[in-house]
Amino acid sequence: MNRYREVLTKPIFSENPIALQILGICSALAVTSSLTVTLVMCAALTAVAACANALVSTIRNHTPTNIRIIVQMTIIASLVIVVDQILKAYAPDISKQLSVFVGLIITNCIVLGRTEGFAMQNPPGISFVDGLGNGLGYSVVLIAVAVVRELFGAGKLMGFTILPLTTEGGWYPSNGFLLLPSCSFFIIGAFIWALRQRDAEQVEEPQYRIAPHTAPAPVGD
Amino acid sequence: MTPSIGKTLMVALLLCAACSVVVSFTAVSLRPLQEANALIERKRSVLQAAGRFSDGADIEAEFSRFEVRVVDLESGEFIDDYPGDPLKLDARKLARDAETSIALPSGGDPALLRRRENLTSVYLLRDDAGALESLVLPVRGYGLWGTLYGYIALSGDLERVDGLVFYEHKETPGLGGEVDNPSWRAKWRGKTLRGADGDLLIEVIKGQVDADAPEAIYQVDGLAGATLTSRGVTNMVRFWLGETGFGALLVRLGQGAQREEGAS
Repeated sequence: MNRYREVLTKPIFSENPIALQILGICSALAVTSSLTVTLVMCAALTAVAACANALVSTIRNHTPTNIRIIVQMTIIASLVIVVDQILKAYAPDISKQLSVFVGLIITNCIVLGRTEGFAMQNPPGISFVDGLGNGLGYSVVLIAVAVVRELFGAGKLMGFTILPLTTEGGWYPSNGFLLLPSCSFFIIGAFIWALRQRDAEQVEEPQYRIAPHTAPAPVGD
Repeated sequence: MTPSIGKTLMVALLLCAACSVVVSFTAVSLRPLQEANALIERKRSVLQAAGRFSDGADIEAEFSRFEVRVVDLESGEFIDDYPGDPLKLDARKLARDAETSIALPSGGDPALLRRRENLTSVYLLRDDAGALESLVLPVRGYGLWGTLYGYIALSGDLERVDGLVFYEHKETPGLGGEVDNPSWRAKWRGKTLRGADGDLLIEVIKGQVDADAPEAIYQVDGLAGATLTSRGVTNMVRFWLGETGFGALLVRLGQGAQREEGAS
């Protein structure tokens, strides 16, 4: 039981797929300008990651190794289409705002990373939990980014006005930069910094150091 | 495991079969719901274009005030005996079929549509006396990534824009995707379509409209960072309001309005 709990909770902070492995950044930039949309995206990705893990794990002993990535992609892609269709039927407005990004879950490295890295070696039950955990880890970062962006960029949360904007007669001058996708780099960066302050183990060794000058300094002529 | 070719093919085949069954089952079983959503979405867009939509409004009730007519774009006449529901007329499908559409010459196709359907449905809102209050026309045209589909609403005298709304497009979110931004859409309201000589002057310009300039009545602010989308919107509006688009219908409706004025 303990292992299940560990697999579920570890990816949320100590092995967060976005913050530690820097995976899945693309959608973290794209869909975080409004919290509602972000929540739906997180739910979609978590569902896909968990189900894909469980399915891949179920057939792992029958999957020929030479086509295993294609097998995983086929399963992931099918699940994503199903999720996309469900969103279109039951949440058409949000589905429109998410547009291509639901489809892009297929290429989200977190999902394939977990199926290949975890589900291929572990039984279905724990693989499902691992998918869930990683989905939640992804969600934590996205929700944090979305809260900052929507609150300080648009003065709202889930569409409800929290900080009335000056353009609408309030007192808060909005920060337009926060509505642009690129601002998420800064917010995710700050998030990673905060995590690594708390947990120094996550700090990586620099991969490259500039060597000191070795040539002797020129001495006149 | 070390796979044999037979086993590999077998697994691949079975997996594909299973996945396709799941995907097609979902797609087919959810289609009625999705189509119903799409219809409501279109009705809402018509209402939004005409400025008759507010959050929480009863879309069906409000939409039922509109008269849906099928129009022959060539002659500009309404088709009274159209078989089927004018609301379900699929202009995109008609435009693909050579029998129900005309090819657009390369010089006369600013919206990059290639073909234009012969029949399409339009939405009319009349006041109690029967005079036209608002005319909502479907428009579409190429932006940056794909075709934008929407509605433009004209005022009862057919001289000004009431609103422009897109219900489907593939423009970049945050840049061209700002065509959905209510504050940009609001800039269209009240813009004049034609100059004194009848030429279409309405356009989306680059940058901000100088409110003091005489041509400001025809101009809408450009979308920042989305020059191609802005240009596409101008082209599409001009195409559909022009001769090959709804020109004939507008002329006919305009004459009708004048006759009524002369009679009264």
